[in-house]
Amino acid sequence: MTSFSPGTFAPAPGRGRLSRMLLTQARTEFVLTLRNGEQVLLTMLIPLGILVGFTLLRVLPVPNPRVDNITPRVLALAVMSTAFTGQAIALGFDRRYGVLKRLAATALPRWSLVAGRMLAVLGVVLVQLVVLGSVAAALGWHPQPAGLAPAGLLILVGTAAFGALGVLLGGALRAEVVLAVANMVWLLLVVAGGIVLSVQALPGPLATIAAVLPSGALAEGLHTALMQGATPWGALGVLLAWAAAAALLAARTLRLS
Amino acid sequence: MHSPPSPGRYTGIRGLDLGSVIVTPLARPAAVEVRGLVRSFGAVRAVDGLDLQVQPATVLALLGPNGAGKTTTVEACEGFLRPDAGVVRVLGLDPIADSAALRPRVGVMPQGGGAYPGVRAAEMLSLVAVCAARPLDVGWLLDVLGLNAVARVPYKRLSGGQQQRLALACALVGRPEVVFLDEPTAGMDPQARRLVWDIISRLRADGVSVLFTTHLMEEAEALADQVVIIDHGRVVAQGSPAELTSDGTERQLRFGARAGLDLSTLCDALPAGCRASEPRPGGYLVEGMIDPQVMATVTAWCARQGVFAEDLRVSRRSLEDVFLELTGRELRP
Repeated sequence: MTSFSPGTFAPAPGRGRLSRMLLTQARTEFVLTLRNGEQVLLTMLIPLGILVGFTLLRVLPVPNPRVDNITPRVLALAVMSTAFTGQAIALGFDRRYGVLKRLAATALPRWSLVAGRMLAVLGVVLVQLVVLGSVAAALGWHPQPAGLAPAGLLILVGTAAFGALGVLLGGALRAEVVLAVANMVWLLLVVAGGIVLSVQALPGPLATIAAVLPSGALAEGLHTALMQGATPWGALGVLLAWAAAAALLAARTLRLS
Repeated sequence: MHSPPSPGRYTGIRGLDLGSVIVTPLARPAAVEVRGLVRSFGAVRAVDGLDLQVQPATVLALLGPNGAGKTTTVEACEGFLRPDAGVVRVLGLDPIADSAALRPRVGVMPQGGGAYPGVRAAEMLSLVAVCAARPLDVGWLLDVLGLNAVARVPYKRLSGGQQQRLALACALVGRPEVVFLDEPTAGMDPQARRLVWDIISRLRADGVSVLFTTHLMEEAEALADQVVIIDHGRVVAQGSPAELTSDGTERQLRFGARAGLDLSTLCDALPAGCRASEPRPGGYLVEGMIDPQVMATVTAWCARQGVFAEDLRVSRRSLEDVFLELTGRELRP
């Protein structure tokens, strides 16, 4: 009856190489993000538009040199868009489409379901840094060399903090709710979370709150590092605290479907 | 636990190490064993004290109406659901506690598939393939399942049947010992369904144990060594398709001949418990335990009457009859 030769499906089970599994998962998700039009809009076009627009058009009162003041905030926006908003929405819909269950049924260890996503997010953030950094440089951006290493560290910790928050949101709620909440939070943080407007420019109590939000900490931290060449320990601490708290909580609330 | 024990461990045969007796091949556990499984969702008891066993290299069909508890049972076996009570063992291991050891040995086809909306078919299968040590060839598997032409098409643009075939490929690519298929042929055209049947037959012949769920009696009848019919989270019947469809008394023998034959001599010739009647003119029915001897008696009687028994056939209840009898005829939500 059967048209398959004997032994075609003879069992030969075993786990694949861990590094290969993890990298393949990360690469797949990385490619999927860059292939997704809405994601590219969120992670690339909006930050680019703000960088170029606010540098060239004098619509907002920004101290000179404009590009040096704007670039750190745009980098913070890029990290937040990718690691939090984009990733939460993708996770919400991946759960809906049974991706997490599918992967959880393979030999892939459970922790790498999230670790693979984080690697993919980090990859996208690197692409953003290269693109945005190049465009900023073309616009005359001169970051303080002493601040580059602290800025890199901030971006790493910021990605972890926003990534953990993204998993927390995208891993617990229904896909449509995730979509709505992620976009709303994004908009709120952009406007009032210390991203577009500096924390000091926000009215009274909002300034206090924004300083301890991950958005405010990352934007102000990058501003300090790249403009003054200093290491913003306070901002690093705030981001680490967010990363730890969100990761601990997300580990409890993450659902596969 | 299933790998060949090293020669050193056989010292137990001399009675020196009783512990190693457990790992001798004689103690081969059932591929799947479920005992007293209970699982509720809120106030609803989806599975309510269910038992089943899949013997190695056999196929078990889990049959039941919508909401009977099929998917809950399968997901408990896959380690996706923690039982409220009862024991689930797959290859002798606990699907949750021993998950890491078990998952490489098990192939899973979840209901409705499971893939990134934007992922291409070949990318998805390759991703699942790298999770296995010795996967089947991805290109070959796509080809066999008729997915070559859509290898670069995003998952969300595949048809339902194509998504199902990709999900099946993902379940098989790691060369598992046990395969769980939740409604593997749902949404498939008849050609694809035949292909899946063909694959399941090959899996069994190659020593893979298969547990699949289905609504299709025909499918269960054609493929399964053992059918378990469940309803309201409980087993209502189980056995081989032949056992389920024949309970002796239900068998019938029908034939056509000239109308108005005198049946009294036939009734005398038949063994006790068999009845002959002519429910419609020219259509004869013998009810009872129909065995080859009864059939010979009937044909011999026809010969003596000088009539030719036309359309002589023995019919059993179909699995569908059994199913409807056990689970009722009302529609399920």
